[in-house]
Amino acid sequence: MDKTIPAVIKKYNGDETRLMDILIDIQAELGYLSDATIARIAKTLNIPQVDVEQTVSFYHFFAREPRGRYTVYLNDSVVAQFHGRAAVVRAFEEAAGCAFGQVSPDGCIGLFDTACIGMSDQEPAALINDVVFTSLTPAWAREIVAGLRAGKTVAELQGDRLGDGQNAHPLVHAMVCNHIRRRGSMVFDDYQPGAALRRVVALSSSEVIAQVKAASVRGRGGAGFPTGMKWEFARKAPGDVKYIFCNADEGEPGTFKDRVILTELPQLVFEGMAIAGYAVGARQGILYIRNEYRYLRAYLEQVLSDMRANNLLGPLIVGQAGFNFEIKIQYGAGAYVCGEESALIESAEGKRGEPRDRPPFPVEKGYLQRPTVVNNVETLCSVVKVILNGPEWYNNLGTAESKGTKVLSVSGDCEWPGIYEVVWGFSVNDILKMVGARDVQAVQVGGPSGACIAPKEFNRILAYEDLATGGSLIIIGRQRDLLPEVVLNFARFFRDESCGSCVPCRALTGMAQIVLEKIIAGRGTPTDLDRLSAWSAIMKRNRCGLGQTALNPIVTTLKNFRGLYDQRIKAGDDRFEPAFDLAAAVRDYDRAVAGT
Amino acid sequence: MPKKIIATASLAGCFGCHMSFLDIDERLLDLIELVEFDKSPFNDLKEFSRACDIGLIEGGCCNDENVHTLINFRQRCRVLVAVGECAIMGGLPSLRNVIPLQECLAEAYLHGPTVAGGATPNVIPHDPDLPKILDRVYPCHEIVKMDYFLPGCPPRADLIWDALVALVTGQELKWPYATFKFD
Ligand SMILES: Cc1cc2nc3c(=O)[nH]c(=O)nc-3n(C[C@H](O)[C@H](O)[C@H](O)COP(=O)(O)O)c2cc1C
Ligand code: SF4
Repeated sequence: MDKTIPAVIKKYNGDETRLMDILIDIQAELGYLSDATIARIAKTLNIPQVDVEQTVSFYHFFAREPRGRYTVYLNDSVVAQFHGRAAVVRAFEEAAGCAFGQVSPDGCIGLFDTACIGMSDQEPAALINDVVFTSLTPAWAREIVAGLRAGKTVAELQGDRLGDGQNAHPLVHAMVCNHIRRRGSMVFDDYQPGAALRRVVALSSSEVIAQVKAASVRGRGGAGFPTGMKWEFARKAPGDVKYIFCNADEGEPGTFKDRVILTELPQLVFEGMAIAGYAVGARQGILYIRNEYRYLRAYLEQVLSDMRANNLLGPLIVGQAGFNFEIKIQYGAGAYVCGEESALIESAEGKRGEPRDRPPFPVEKGYLQRPTVVNNVETLCSVVKVILNGPEWYNNLGTAESKGTKVLSVSGDCEWPGIYEVVWGFSVNDILKMVGARDVQAVQVGGPSGACIAPKEFNRILAYEDLATGGSLIIIGRQRDLLPEVVLNFARFFRDESCGSCVPCRALTGMAQIVLEKIIAGRGTPTDLDRLSAWSAIMKRNRCGLGQTALNPIVTTLKNFRGLYDQRIKAGDDRFEPAFDLAAAVRDYDRAVAGT
Repeated sequence: MPKKIIATASLAGCFGCHMSFLDIDERLLDLIELVEFDKSPFNDLKEFSRACDIGLIEGGCCNDENVHTLINFRQRCRVLVAVGECAIMGGLPSLRNVIPLQECLAEAYLHGPTVAGGATPNVIPHDPDLPKILDRVYPCHEIVKMDYFLPGCPPRADLIWDALVALVTGQELKWPYATFKFD
């Protein structure tokens, strides 16, 4: 301990804005961040201890108490539940001798739930000390625990299980699978590394932006903001130092396309960042990637250094005077809200991932108060292809308002979950056919923050003008009990992930969960349904998209699956709360006085 | 217009809301032209004598007697109003909700610094005549449906007055949101 803390802090030049990196590295060495460690970090950085504490306490993966020599983070998402998570939980608990949320008595194994880890096409999945385990079974869970107890390493337990494509690359060495089921003409098409960078230097920065605008590239992170316009704002913003962020936080449950793109085509993404840098006048790029994807780190670093060696990064890119661009990688530490661009920036500055008030927008005052562009992984890929193939080519793909292709993450009840790159304009029905889905009760489009739609809407098309989506489709089969198995899981997710800044978001995500549980238990009243609807209007006043969409699972199922609610509601006189149980409420008292 | 019948109760509250009510001062004389009181601490009527139009509830529920009273009010009153923070959210008494009841009672009656070590062993009071303490303090709406909520700790007299006039005359209460937004 004595040497670790100063050594790590020195590595980051005592820069408090690197607190995330410092904490991640120190936790990797020491296992957890004790109060003493936190005090020491604060002292060495010469910042208040609460500043360190509040960052540590914000992120799921920072542990303030030991979480076992081996820490199992088992995905708790809807899709994991669909695919047998409950049995895997029981197997882990029995084998480890402790419940989830605890560490085994011998301190060897800690069991913890975690939100979707981006493996929805191969659930149940878990992270064990940064190694991904996919398609877990109860038998295998028992084997893992026994192996760890017997002194095997996590790598030994993974054995020779390797995924397809670059997952088998020696620097990745993961059992994760890509499951690329359909390659489109944009992202997953062949491309010549470096070609776009060579082409871009023939254009001026405003010509690059003009091309991106002419192609009408829109952001793939969910909001669909016009990329050319964003770049132009940042280019025109006063200041000499500007930043390009690639948003690879990918926390929306059911989404995993950015993982696959970063596994197969990291250089495409990095080239996109460099092009953005060229257009905006930024010399520094930062890939903000979720901690769950840390298993890619050696590989991504290698790709970056290969690019430097090939003159595709660093000073004088492709020999062009004035084209200097560097990329560094920033890891998150487990927080869905950090995908929101201003929270992502706060997090990259070493703080709690709380969204900022806007304006000012990041393009004016972003990272370290400098003009900053934040773009999704896939957006940056599209830009490279626009530069290579021209705006007309891009404009010929898709619908009126949605150009190009969309990479979809498909999971849930279907034959072939995985990655599908389609031009915008496919209907939900088309996709269901493509992925081998039968007997579908509902489709969750765009993750929990999106919409849960019923079969009567399956003819709607995926496009900004109809069903806008960040690209995740969770297919929910007839056999699922929608309210407890899906909607409640999502409600819990939002309650856990709210950053807590806005009162409606903080309070109503919790209250919505309580009311939903009450309805599911058959004790709901018509008033409860009215209340949920009224709250959703209040939620629109929250500061960021998380709070604004947090009740969407409830609102969209109330609209599309009203019958499921009505059949659980006690009709008639609702003046007396059916959920209140007086006998249960006095039980503690009876017990307390029983002995006296 | 026949006079509206009003009943009031203080459950797990401090009577502050009732005091605030009395702060309408000389308007009490106007009030008495509009309403008649049934069961209420104001007139010390312990039982309902008829069906009421409006029930005003101060305080949340911390024991089983509160629950019975509240349910009785719900049965008797056409419109039920939660008056003040405790009725609405549990208020100050609900600070104990984060502590298990057993610990609360032990601190209060068995081991607390102010519990004198007398000749007889300390006991947690319990007697068939005493209400039973609930596991936590409940806001009123978790037990019965509440029709309206008057925020404040206590709600200021003017708000109580205007709300009552609005209810009695069937008018809309025209208070700007900001006047009773306290956060
Ligand atoms: C709660 C929340 C989570 C988000 N998560 C992501 C994410 O994981 N990846 C992403 O690209 N955008 C995410 N976004 C959207 C970003 O705020 C931002 O709009 C996007 O990164 C901009 O890039 P684009 O214009 O290329 O789409 C999220 C937004 C919210 C409100
Ligand atoms: S809406 Fe929710 S997540 Fe977003 S800033 Fe407010 S409290 Fe935080």
